[in-house]
Amino acid sequence: MRGITGWGTHLPYPRLDRSTIRGVAGSGGGTGAGTRTVASYDEDTTTMGAEAARGALRGRGDRGDRLQSLWFATTEPAYADRTNATLLHAVLRLDRTIPAYDATGSVRSAMAVFRAGWQGPGSSLVVTSDTRTGLPGGPDEAAGGDAAAALLIGDGEQVLAEIVAWESVTEEFLDRWRTPGAPASRLWEERFGEARYTELGAEALKLALGKAGIAADAVDHLIVAGLHDRAVASIQRASGVSADRITDRLASTVGNPGAAQPALLLAAALEAASPGQNVVLLSLADGADAVVLRTTQALASYRPWRSVRTQAAAGAHLAYGRYLHWRGMLPVEPPRRPEPGRVSAPAAHRNAGWKYGFMAGRGGGGDATSDTVHLPPTAQDDTRTPVADALATIVTFTVDRLSYSLSPPVVFAIVDFDGGGRLPVELTDVDAGEVAIGGRIEMTFRRLATSDGIHNYFWKARPVREELREEPQEK
Amino acid sequence: MASHGIRDRVAIIGMGCTRFGEHWDMGIDDLIVAAATQAFGDAGVTKEDVDAYWFGTAQSAMSGIALARPLGLEGKPVTRVENYCATGSDALRQAVYAVASGAYDMAMAIGAEKVKDGGYQGLNAFPVPGDGTARTVTAAAMFSMVAPAYASKYGVPLADMKTAMARVASKNHHNGARNPRAQFRKEYSVERLCAMPAVAGGLSVFDCAGVADGAAAAIVVRSEDAHRYTDKPLLVKALSLVAGNGSGLGDPNYDYTTFPEVAVAATDAYAQAGITAPRAELAMAEVHDCFTPTEIVLMEDLGLAERGTAWKEVLAGTFDLDGEVPVNPDGGLKAFGHPVGASGLRMMFEAWLQLRGAVPPERRISTYGKRSLALTHALGGYPGEMVSLVSIVGVA
Repeated sequence: MRGITGWGTHLPYPRLDRSTIRGVAGSGGGTGAGTRTVASYDEDTTTMGAEAARGALRGRGDRGDRLQSLWFATTEPAYADRTNATLLHAVLRLDRTIPAYDATGSVRSAMAVFRAGWQGPGSSLVVTSDTRTGLPGGPDEAAGGDAAAALLIGDGEQVLAEIVAWESVTEEFLDRWRTPGAPASRLWEERFGEARYTELGAEALKLALGKAGIAADAVDHLIVAGLHDRAVASIQRASGVSADRITDRLASTVGNPGAAQPALLLAAALEAASPGQNVVLLSLADGADAVVLRTTQALASYRPWRSVRTQAAAGAHLAYGRYLHWRGMLPVEPPRRPEPGRVSAPAAHRNAGWKYGFMAGRGGGGDATSDTVHLPPTAQDDTRTPVADALATIVTFTVDRLSYSLSPPVVFAIVDFDGGGRLPVELTDVDAGEVAIGGRIEMTFRRLATSDGIHNYFWKARPVREELREEPQEK
Repeated sequence: MASHGIRDRVAIIGMGCTRFGEHWDMGIDDLIVAAATQAFGDAGVTKEDVDAYWFGTAQSAMSGIALARPLGLEGKPVTRVENYCATGSDALRQAVYAVASGAYDMAMAIGAEKVKDGGYQGLNAFPVPGDGTARTVTAAAMFSMVAPAYASKYGVPLADMKTAMARVASKNHHNGARNPRAQFRKEYSVERLCAMPAVAGGLSVFDCAGVADGAAAAIVVRSEDAHRYTDKPLLVKALSLVAGNGSGLGDPNYDYTTFPEVAVAATDAYAQAGITAPRAELAMAEVHDCFTPTEIVLMEDLGLAERGTAWKEVLAGTFDLDGEVPVNPDGGLKAFGHPVGASGLRMMFEAWLQLRGAVPPERRISTYGKRSLALTHALGGYPGEMVSLVSIVGVA
């Protein structure tokens, strides 16, 4: 038996209220209802993917040491030419013999890495992440969302949902396209794409159900992912699966996160599923992929690190102007401070355990009895301890309106980690007014700045939010 | 192992100090020439008479050549010194020790900083290539954490803490207003200072040191030679430098209400100078008031106030020009301005003037004629990670 053994998702904290778009852009915002998620100014597809991947391993209580491959897919890679998955590999502190690969550019690359992970061998971690932009006032801006979702795939009794069939159809036609580097997709007349996707989706679905040996009325959860809304709706209607068994696409809270949507909706469906159910994922992108999964008894006792539902219900309002600024659509007055210098490649490489793995040092000065935890490790420390998953308490803090930041003011705190170690650290996903001495924080992997085209990735702290801590236990 | 000091073995025989401020019309070379020329004239010596030079600049120039070129030195040893905001004080320390060692008869320490050519407000550190994980928060933000920590530890109502901080700024502006070399020569009331908007934690711009260009210089000789140059030499009583190891930043026991590097340097300096009751013995202190809460904490670390009481002493006027122990009678970093490499020597320049009675009556310290010792204190870095240098000089 081979299938999904765990999952992790990351929904960024900022939310754009669609009703605020029209007043500025003059049009757009779709119907104006609901919100979409927005990657914060210090997030990109790599950092969101890292958070989702951390969640997948934490939900499983897994250190990742048995993984045999790591896969990363996005339409918005932070880098071209070099692999982005290697950063996730470093954040997860994986052994160097575990390979990490990207598949970037197309929405369909998400299903490619899922399929590669499924085909094995061994245990694999498949991470999908996307940011969706669109031009101001356009439909993609309102309909899009930013998210990451990671799937753990493996064999044996840990399998929560066995993959029983996977059928794929492929066809060359032009519906949506984007020149690399362009901020927004362009679209052919949508009736053409609707016609193609409706036919291709129906075909893939039929093949997969046939392979699995089940009829449409035996499908307990049908997920239809894809950026063509009309095609998705028409396939849902024509599928033969009743409306109450069709997984909500999170349009009113998250929006459509492109390459992250298939795994995100699969995670949401599995969080709502019971053991022994048929879950079908149909992804429409340059053809169609239909995957039939059957949940196992093990699902009953699995708790994801943070469910899609609780993350979707959280979040904080983001002003439309600030969203436009973060996306590079609205130049604003820059901070009147020198820009940060670029990261040194050899220094970052030497200190990768600290910079990416957030490993503390211990036992400095050759003193084996010393239990002091050093953040960062000192040159004389002889052991390394992972601290990324530890919580910490705010000892004191300050709000800096002078420091260079893409989103001032900088909120900065001195924090003490449970289990030892003190760190002066920048806070994120936070309103300066809500910080208090004694507050609890968790670490999150972020992009601090970019200089010379080099992204400076490191960790920040963010408040531990009660609404995210308490997982709903009912199914 | 011991810190013996070189009490009374070396003396300052002449000093110079430019006005500190926005010198749009002067480069680093002009500032150097101005301060050095004053010092040579003050001591009645020439650049050839000086055997060796120590040139302190944090980030305005590199190497001894940056001093040798503008002064036109021929075949002289020049060392460039950098030690954060203790740069100027450390240049003097090294010149003094060189003379004390017998290696040279006469040495000059000169500090200069050209800050205002940078194009940005505030001080901006020289970027060293790194892994990108260093803190990027400003010094103001780091020091802003001292005020609430201090207030919490000693039960000081936050409003009283803010008033005490404003009182530090008001005092230093009062002193600077009377000093023709100071960057800011305007007085500010406590009420007006309390109403300023915060820029970092609870600090307003007026809780921060002035950022200025400037230079200052001192010439030193063996004490037994000093009277060949001046009737009133300033004897070096103690020099103590501590470079912290940064452990405070990662130490869960560090509480941001004290600077241990300062306390250690002060204890050592008092021992070198034979001082047992600094508050009763010192005529004045020039301290590193980079931010107003810093000066409050320094009063305790330097032994001028009991722990938890400095804020009250500030409010009571203990450290005013006419108080029990005048602190920063020249206006301090706050009002005199802070060209990093020059500041330590600027502090010494004020001790040079005050202890020798060379200031006009309107800005003379209350202790003049009654006490003969002055302390200067420089620190560089942040709470938890700093260098600190305490110097003590005297006219008797």
